Amino acid sequence: MEERIREIAQRYPAEKRFSLAVLQDVQREFNYIPPEALPLIKEHLGPDVREGQLYALATFYKALSLKPKGKHIIKICDGTACHMQGSTRLITAVQLALGIGPGECTPDGQFSLELVNCVGSCALAPIMIVDETYHSKVTMEGLPAILDTYRPGGERDV
Amino acid sequence: MSETRTLLVCCGTGCLANHASEVADALEAAVAAAGVDAVVGVEASDAATVKRTGCNGFCENGPIVKVHPDDISYYKVRPKHAEKIVASLGGEPVKALLYRNDEKQLVTRQLDNPFYASQRKIALRNIGEIDPLVIEDYQERGGYVVLERIIREAVPPETVIQELIDSGLRGRGGAGFPTGIKWKTAAGYARGGGADADGGQLPAFVCCNGDEGDPGAFMDRSILEGDPHGVIEGLAICAYAVGAEQGFLYIRDEYGLALKNVSAALASAEERGFIGDDILGTGRKLHLEIVRGGGAFVCGESTALMQSIEGQLGEPRAKYIRSAQRGLWDYPTVLNNVETLVNVPYILACGGAEYAKLGTARSSGTKVFSLVGKVNRTGLIEVPMGATLRHLIFDIGGGIKNDRAFKAVQTGGPSGGCIPEQYLDLEVDFDGLTEKGAMMGSGGMIVMDDHDCMVEVARYYVGFLAEESCGKCTPCREGLRHMQAILTDITEGRGQPGDIELLERLGHTLQQASLCELGKTAPNPVLSTIKYFRDEYEAHITAGVCPAGVCPELTDFYIDAEACTSCNACKKACPTGAIEGDKERAYVIDMALCISCGSCRAACRFDSVCTRGKARGKAAAGAGTSAEGKVAS
Repeated sequence: MEERIREIAQRYPAEKRFSLAVLQDVQREFNYIPPEALPLIKEHLGPDVREGQLYALATFYKALSLKPKGKHIIKICDGTACHMQGSTRLITAVQLALGIGPGECTPDGQFSLELVNCVGSCALAPIMIVDETYHSKVTMEGLPAILDTYRPGGERDV
Repeated sequence: MSETRTLLVCCGTGCLANHASEVADALEAAVAAAGVDAVVGVEASDAATVKRTGCNGFCENGPIVKVHPDDISYYKVRPKHAEKIVASLGGEPVKALLYRNDEKQLVTRQLDNPFYASQRKIALRNIGEIDPLVIEDYQERGGYVVLERIIREAVPPETVIQELIDSGLRGRGGAGFPTGIKWKTAAGYARGGGADADGGQLPAFVCCNGDEGDPGAFMDRSILEGDPHGVIEGLAICAYAVGAEQGFLYIRDEYGLALKNVSAALASAEERGFIGDDILGTGRKLHLEIVRGGGAFVCGESTALMQSIEGQLGEPRAKYIRSAQRGLWDYPTVLNNVETLVNVPYILACGGAEYAKLGTARSSGTKVFSLVGKVNRTGLIEVPMGATLRHLIFDIGGGIKNDRAFKAVQTGGPSGGCIPEQYLDLEVDFDGLTEKGAMMGSGGMIVMDDHDCMVEVARYYVGFLAEESCGKCTPCREGLRHMQAILTDITEGRGQPGDIELLERLGHTLQQASLCELGKTAPNPVLSTIKYFRDEYEAHITAGVCPAGVCPELTDFYIDAEACTSCNACKKACPTGAIEGDKERAYVIDMALCISCGSCRAACRFDSVCTRGKARGKAAAGAGTSAEGKVAS
C-alpha cells in the first residue's frame, strides 16, 4: 500500500496546491484515505505542507473520508429535485433493506450508504448511484431488485 | 434525396443513465449493416454518420436522437429502434418515437416541440449539435474564430472589455456582477494601475467556476460536457483581456463526464495552438489547468474557491478587497461562471450592443434554467431574461404533474426563496427575483405542488446550508444550527408559539452579520416561506397539523375506499408491507406498521391515499420521536 500511495503522490509536482488532488486520487484508489497515507503524502509535497493541513483537508471536503467504505457505495441524491420526488422515502427504504443509515457501512463490508448533494440529473429524480452506475427514477417497487444485483453473487457484484 | 445524414445521439449524463451509449452503438451497427441501401443514391460511407453529442436538456425523454439535415427529433430511443431509424432515413420518420405535444399531435422538428419552441439558445448554442470531443465540430459552428481574430489582429484588450461592458452581460453564477467591469478592474490592477502601483505588470489569473453546488441546477455540468471548447474559448478571451498567462477550471469531482470532456478539449485546443506556450505563433502564453473540487458547497463562493485552488481549506474571506485586485496568491484574478464564459465568444461575434437588445433593461441576454420538480416537462431550458414564471412553468414545462395545484417555485438554489402563485407573472431577471425575496442564483427552478410542505422545504434547505457552512464566522455557523433545530421541532410537532418570530430575528442577524454571501443569503428559504406561507407554519405549531401531509410525525395516512381502484400500486410501493388488500377486499393501511413515509400517496394515481393529522397529535410531542428513532425500532 505504501508503495502505491507514493506512486499516486508522485503524479503531481511537489507543491502545496496539489494536496487536494493527491488526496482525491488516494481516496479513489482505496475508497478512503488510510491514516498511513498522510505522512507519505506530506513527505512528497515538501516542507510547505504540514500533516495537520492534510488532515484538515481530509475532514473538510466531503469527497474525502478517513473511514473505510463498503465494496459498493450507494449514493442517494438528496438534492432539491430528488428530495421533492421522494429521496427521503428512498433513504428510508434502503435503511430498512440494508440496516444502515447515511454514512454507515454494512457489517459485512458490502455496502455503504451516502447522501450526496445534487448530481445534476434532476430531470431523472430520484437518482441513486451505485458505484459509477446511475439508477434513474428509482421506485420503491424497483429498489429491492437493484440492491439485489449488488449483493454477494449478484450480477453487478464484481 | 442524396444528402448525407447525421444521427446526433444525446450522450449527456441524463441520457447516458438511460443507455444512450448502447443506442449510439446500435445505430452505428445498423448504419454499417444497411450499407449502400440505407439511402438511395448515396455511397455507403456517406449515407449516415453517428455523432455523440452533449445534453439536449430534455433528459426526462431521453435518450434523444436527432436526424440532420431533416430536423427530426426522436425521444426515448432504445437500441432496438436503431434499425428502424436507419431504414427510415430519407423517407417517413418513425412515428412511434416522435414527441406528442399537448394537443396529442406528433411533432417532427425540435422547434415544434413545446419544450423547445420558445427557447433562445445562446449559451447552449452548440450543445446537442456537436460532438464535444471533436474540435472541428466546434470550429464548423464558428468556434475559435473570435479568439483567433483578436489575437491575430492584436485587438486592444480595452476594446474587448468595452464590448463586454456594452453587452451588459452579468455574472451567471448568481451574484449578477457585470462581467465587463470585473475584467476591467482586474486588467487595471494587473497593468499596475492599482493600489500596488509600481508601474510593472503583475501576473494575473483567470478562473472558471464549475463548482456547481446548488442542488437542482445542472446547467454548468451540461455546458462543460457538451460544449467544453465554448468555455475554453471564453476563458482564453478573458485571459487575453486581463493579460493572464495562467488559468484554472475548477470543476466538481462528481462531474465525471464534464472532467473527461474538458480535459480532452484542453488537449486538442493546445494541439491547435489556441492555448499553450505559443498561441497561434504569436509567442503569447496561456496555460489552463483543471482543478477538481472536493465536494464543498462553499467552494462555489469566489474567495473560498481560490483558497481551494491554492491547496487550502475552502473558506471564504471578507471581501474588503475584491479578488479582481487580490485573488489567487494575492494577484489580480478574474473568476467567471461557466455559463458566463460560454456567452463571451458569442457576444464578441455578434457585438455587445446587439446582445444587449435581448432580455430586460438591467439584465441582458438569456439565462439557462433547470426546470425541475413537479412539472410535466422537466429539463434544461434557455430563455431571454424577462420571461415570466408562468411562461416557464406552464408553457415550456407543460404545467404541473398529475394536474395538481401549483404551490410555489423555488429559485436560486438553497439560499434562494420560494415564490407563490400570486407572482407567477413576475418577469424573471436578476432584480425582479431579488425584490420578491428569492434570487436568480445559478438558475435552478424547482416547482412545488400542494403535496409539498413549505416548512419541510425550509428545514431541508437550512439543513443543507448548516451542513455546508464552512464554520468560519459565527452567525452562519451557529445561526443555521439553531434555525435547523427550531425548524426540525416545528416539523416534528414540538413547535412553540414565538418560534416564527425567533426564526425571523435569527434570519435578519444572518443577513447582516455573516462573512460571505452564503451566510448572508442562507435565511432566504426560511424568510420567504414565512412571508408567503405563514399559515402553514402556524398550522404546524398551533394545530399540530402538516397541511400538505408531508411531515411524518404529524401525519397519518389512510385509503379512501370510495376512490380506491384496487390497482395495487400503493401496496407495491410500501417499504414496510403495511398495506393489505386485493380486488375483493378494500385496501387498508395497518397503522402499526406504517412509518408515514408517504410512498403510497406518491404511487397512487387516483388520489385515494389521503392524510389527516396524526391521531396522537401533540401527545407525541416532546417524546423525542425522531425520524431515525422510528425507523430503527
